[in-house]
Amino acid sequence: MSHPRLLKMAALASGVALLAAACGGGDSGGEEATQAAGGEPALGGEPYPGPVGDETGTLNVLAWPGYAEDGSTDPAVDWVTPFEEETGCEVNVKVFATSNEAVQLFQTGQYDVVSASGDASLRLVYGELVQPVNLDLIPNYADVIDELKDQPWNSVDGVNYGVPHGRGANLLLYTLAEYPESPTSWADMWESDSPIAGQVSPYDDAIYIADAAVYLMATQPDLGIENPYALDQEQFDAAIALLEQQKPLVSEYWGDVVKQGQGLAAGTTLQSQGWQLTANLANGDAEVVGTTKPEEGATGWSDTWMIKKDTEVVDCAYKWLDHVISPEVNAQIAEWFGEAPANEKSCDLTENPDHCTLFHAQESDYWDNVYYWTTPTEQCLDGRTDVTCVAYDEWVQAWSALRSG
Amino acid sequence: MTVTSPTVPAPSGAPAPSPGPVRAAQTWLYRRVWARLAALLALPLTWLVLIYLVPLALLFVTALWTTDSFTGLLVREVSLDNYREILTEPAFLLTVLRTVLVAAAVTVACGLIALPMGFFMSRVASPRWRPLLLALVLTPLWAAYLVKVYAWRTILSPSGPAADVLGWVGLSPPGYGLGAVVVVLTYLWLPYMILPVYTALSAMPESLVDAAADLGARPWRTFRDVMLPVIWPALVAGSVFTFSLSLGDYITVQLVGGTRQMLGNVVYQNFSVNLPFAAAMATLPVVVMVGYLLAVRRTGALENL
Repeated sequence: MSHPRLLKMAALASGVALLAAACGGGDSGGEEATQAAGGEPALGGEPYPGPVGDETGTLNVLAWPGYAEDGSTDPAVDWVTPFEEETGCEVNVKVFATSNEAVQLFQTGQYDVVSASGDASLRLVYGELVQPVNLDLIPNYADVIDELKDQPWNSVDGVNYGVPHGRGANLLLYTLAEYPESPTSWADMWESDSPIAGQVSPYDDAIYIADAAVYLMATQPDLGIENPYALDQEQFDAAIALLEQQKPLVSEYWGDVVKQGQGLAAGTTLQSQGWQLTANLANGDAEVVGTTKPEEGATGWSDTWMIKKDTEVVDCAYKWLDHVISPEVNAQIAEWFGEAPANEKSCDLTENPDHCTLFHAQESDYWDNVYYWTTPTEQCLDGRTDVTCVAYDEWVQAWSALRSG
Repeated sequence: MTVTSPTVPAPSGAPAPSPGPVRAAQTWLYRRVWARLAALLALPLTWLVLIYLVPLALLFVTALWTTDSFTGLLVREVSLDNYREILTEPAFLLTVLRTVLVAAAVTVACGLIALPMGFFMSRVASPRWRPLLLALVLTPLWAAYLVKVYAWRTILSPSGPAADVLGWVGLSPPGYGLGAVVVVLTYLWLPYMILPVYTALSAMPESLVDAAADLGARPWRTFRDVMLPVIWPALVAGSVFTFSLSLGDYITVQLVGGTRQMLGNVVYQNFSVNLPFAAAMATLPVVVMVGYLLAVRRTGALENL
């Protein structure tokens, strides 16, 4: 594992400490007041009317690992420096490991733009932490794949709150030594008779409960789960029971890609749920980790770049959004992280000409059983009105109880 | 009461020359005891109140609120739900117990290592070497916490050096888990235990040991009845550090704890979505620590800190 990654993790952890100090800070009171008075006008105020000028400043970027590379991980992987040179905006990048962490960090008000997954984006919108985005000011938006535009996780009541970044599935990662042939099912990660008991590594976040629900959709259809983020109490309890069943199989839950990659490379983990990025990092020296989307389907992400509500560097922020979804940069990100780009022109610009085919960028069928992360709410997301669903705060508490036991 | 500075005799009849602002302030302060006291205490008191007491009070108050389940924003209505939630969920209580046990184990381990180490450093090693030994004990504190824990993660990994060494003597590797957490935390906090023990042993008059020997006490008796009472407050003082630092740690357990987690992890998991619940959870170590400190106070060790 490369040293810069380690440093990034160090930065991440120290950020946590900073955050703890900052979380009592001033912003939240104001936000609440706005919400209390809030009526129908768009959450987060009016979009920036433009035009995007030449004002420079420091742009603080909050991103998933691999989304805003400045050459510190790999000198050849850098789309931050060209942005700085082109616009004169200075960029600080901070990475986070889970959507929860992203929301925590963004609440401090220290970041101007954020790459938010569906389980964070709406919380940012309803928390009035982000502003509506004027898409006319983002020329590259025209080339974004239609399937990703105006989706429930990036727009509310017809108002857009960001630009689509790309999407992917949370894959099954397996070691090639143990599995010369790609597994086709998640079964070895869930079933108590798993041949790899003690060497399984799930994602350490409450949203992983949805992965249990996805597996239940295939294995226990009578539970009637339609959407893994819309679970009534009975379905939720079944998912938790499955997670309890998984516990004895677990070597450790992973919270950062360094730790996960180490486990896979060292062979202490034989199967894990995760991202192509981890496999790419673990395969740096030799091909040791494979990935697949099992037949039961998978959770996934469709991410959105969003802008802080009262950012002082609105010009830089708009330029950043346009930059990351430009055909060239979106191709670089998609290839580095291992996901499907949002910009359809990116598919012609990837170093591996087959990248978009490999990641099914424009193949709608592939995404049918990929359930993008979203925030569970009491009102069931699958449209059921006869029951209430388990809301996200209870997911988090149940997850913490599960992990505590 | 009128007090005039003897160096400025006011010439009778003529108006007094106006004193400089510094002097005026001095005079003003000199006449008012409360103002001097206030000026002296303002800074430390502000620090104490703003940095320690206010957040603690906020913590206790926040623990009584609830949140909006979707946005995670606070709802300021007083209820005891969070505490009820914690007390009725065995997993959370188990975590509290586990955390206290880990902290206790770390403290005992630190004490057991620090005693012979402190003894050697202060009484066996030649005085020339003592500063060097002391510096060596402190060197680990110069390295970053995360780097050290990641290093331990590699050392303790099933294919790491610890497994190799244990393999030579026919033992199976411990792997990640609570044992690993205790080992790593003991390593991390050991200097905080060695320092007070070393200081106490250095300050102990040699004559005490000699007297014990003259009176026929064997080494163990000397240790138990002469040395231990002298260094006991130091041990307790060190334990306050090792215990409280272990109680609050949540990163070590993430990296070497396998599937286990401690109290801090529960706080961390919940604080963005449900701040009040996290706050309620965070009051538990405060309660544990207050209890510990009250117990410690009876030993008189707090005067030794």
